Amino acid sequence: MTGVPIMTGAPIIAPAPIIEIVDASKSFDNGQSFAFRNVTLRVETGCFVALVGASGSGKTTLLKIINRLIQPDSGAVRVEGQDVAAINAPVLRRRIGYVFQGVGLFPHMSVAENIGITPKLLGWPAAEIATRVKELLDLVELPQSYLSRPPLSLSGGERQRAGVARAIAARPKIVLMDEPLGALDPITRDSVGSAYRTLHDRLGLTTLMVTHDIQEALLLADRIAVMKAGRILAFDTPHGLTAVAQDPDVAALMGMPKQQAERIRSILDGSGASGRHE
Amino acid sequence: MNERIASAFDLLPGYLAQHVLLSAAALALGVMLALPLSVVASRHARVRFFALATASLIQTIPGLALLALFYPLLLGLSAFTEMLLGVEVPALGFLPSVLALTLYSMLPILRNGVAGLTGLDPAVIEAANAVGMTPRQRFLRVEAPLAAPIVMGGIRTAAVWTIGAATLSTSVGQTSLGNYIFAGLQTENWIFVLFGCAAAAALALVVDQLLGLIEAGIARRRPLRIYLGLAGVAAGTIIALTSLAGGKPNVYRVGAKNFSEQFILADLIARQLEAAGATAQRRDDLGSAIAFRALAGGDIDVYVDYSGTLWTNVLDRRDVPPREVMLRELTDALAEKYGVVLLGPLGFENAYTLAMRRERASALGIATIGDLAADAPKLTLGADLEFLSRPEWRTLKNAYGLDFAAQRSFNPTFMYRALEDGSVDVISAFSSDGRIAALNLAVLSDPKHAIPSYDAVVLISPRRAKDSTLIRALTPLLGKISVEQMRAANLMVDRDNDKASPQQAAEFLGRAIGLPAFRGASP
Repeated sequence: MTGVPIMTGAPIIAPAPIIEIVDASKSFDNGQSFAFRNVTLRVETGCFVALVGASGSGKTTLLKIINRLIQPDSGAVRVEGQDVAAINAPVLRRRIGYVFQGVGLFPHMSVAENIGITPKLLGWPAAEIATRVKELLDLVELPQSYLSRPPLSLSGGERQRAGVARAIAARPKIVLMDEPLGALDPITRDSVGSAYRTLHDRLGLTTLMVTHDIQEALLLADRIAVMKAGRILAFDTPHGLTAVAQDPDVAALMGMPKQQAERIRSILDGSGASGRHE
Repeated sequence: MNERIASAFDLLPGYLAQHVLLSAAALALGVMLALPLSVVASRHARVRFFALATASLIQTIPGLALLALFYPLLLGLSAFTEMLLGVEVPALGFLPSVLALTLYSMLPILRNGVAGLTGLDPAVIEAANAVGMTPRQRFLRVEAPLAAPIVMGGIRTAAVWTIGAATLSTSVGQTSLGNYIFAGLQTENWIFVLFGCAAAAALALVVDQLLGLIEAGIARRRPLRIYLGLAGVAAGTIIALTSLAGGKPNVYRVGAKNFSEQFILADLIARQLEAAGATAQRRDDLGSAIAFRALAGGDIDVYVDYSGTLWTNVLDRRDVPPREVMLRELTDALAEKYGVVLLGPLGFENAYTLAMRRERASALGIATIGDLAADAPKLTLGADLEFLSRPEWRTLKNAYGLDFAAQRSFNPTFMYRALEDGSVDVISAFSSDGRIAALNLAVLSDPKHAIPSYDAVVLISPRRAKDSTLIRALTPLLGKISVEQMRAANLMVDRDNDKASPQQAAEFLGRAIGLPAFRGASP
């Protein structure tokens, strides 16, 4: 059963999936190399999906075809049942939140202006934007005094909270995240990650998060899509992926956090120095 | 206070206002052209290559040459528009200056504009796309504001360059702070040269600081600083504009070529006009050929030229008729061909002659140009900047078979220095030059009459041909100035010690020939 992409989970659920990628391919260098090939992925409303894989596995490119930052060569992408190719790109992007790996905040705008940018592009009245920005600062647990500060004066974790606030400012149903926690230290990473998961549940969002960290994916996501060399090897709940290790790559990936946890436990207990080289 | 510094300060408001206006206009035009061009260039590699290469090429043309090149260009354009629309384009003064300086200012703005727009962090551009900006919104809200501090840096550089290069516009008849420098160089008035440099530098520094305020305001998002900087620049320009717009309906533009005698005579003419209640404006440092064309084209109203120069350069004649015949034919031909009025001779002659140090001439036994021919292959000729390319030189050379070991060109002031220190043996002197007597030079006679006579004559532009104010003010000068008086006045300005300004020399000359306007003027 190796090497075959497996789509587990309920085959068809009503209503239709909120994000649907069907048989999509994207190549670079005139078809010399593929970012991904014949990929199909359906994400249901309210689901938190992690796209996991090594660098170059095509996961970020796959994420970007959803809001048309990248155009696929073939296949279809549908959001809420609509073909995205038929929607004007800026209009589509204002409906979908996007959180970046780096800062991604505009350095010449204040925190408030950054957070309020999509509502502003959508033509909301200024007063409504101001109220919404204040509400969002509370939501991502940043002090109101940050409103007028430039993004560069914030810490990494604070900046990413502001980035999350900007992504959800115009009340999107979908949030796409590209390695959102990648640049943060482990403690900040954990707190920003779990704070976002809480928001995801509270606001009823559908989230697609790209990460190379399986542990993060396990802790945050409802479902994990494992990518390798432009293909989805498996797409299932964390439990489903561990229970039935269909593919050696998937099995190795899923087994790693458990092994690490055991090694850490034994080091901390002082019982076995086997895990360390001294 | 030193009298020269005082007279420099007297001239400052007019020069500064002109300089500010010229620089502001050129910079504004440069910004208006270079900014859109840099936006296009930042998006298309081919446009970028050609735009930057062209701007760099223009930058390599010396400023003086760039200004000079616009003169024939505009002259051609003027002939064209006159034919089509009956409108003449001024080929001297403000227009060529502003065009050349605009071209000059474009490179730094273009280069920084392209660098600012192409050097943006790609992550920020992607963020702009991802939040749903259209390309236009992305440019206005993200790319332009982020590139703005770098672009402002380019504008600052351009401003400093433009203000510096604007001093050169004096040479095409546009008044600027360069008038101090050109006039000072000519009359060895180093205080004027320094004053001009210092004034231009101070202006550049002030403008740089004001633009720096705007740059800092943009970079740190402090609108107050942006407004302060803009207000400073705008206030300076408006003050300059109003000070010049101060109602001078009938201004006579008095031209002068680039040597002391011309400055003195132009000053004398200007004083006569002012005494008649008119307003006179000076256009100094015109080249010999430019001066006549400027007059014929109406860019200046009056100046003094020399009959022999007009005969050979303007009428292209090679024969050397007697003096009276030449003056008569010249008067008729200039009126007929150009509509220019030759009002009359001033009384003295300023002929091209060859001169040597007296002891050197007697040691070699040279008294005439004919004697010189035999020794010429061992000698070096020093000439002023135009003599060697003038037809008189060719005539002289052919008539006597002159063949020097070397020929060198100098600014007239330095030509006399070179003769004194022995760097050259023979120079192309001017017969009215005070330095001939002062330096005890031997003037070589011209037994073959190869060089025509050079009576100083007053010329009036076609536009002013029947202007009674002008004619009444200048007629008292005709036939009154002797070569001795002119030499004395020239020497006052050209001597090494106790130099006088051209204004003081003009006063001396005015009193010497008994003009009422100069009676009672303090010595």
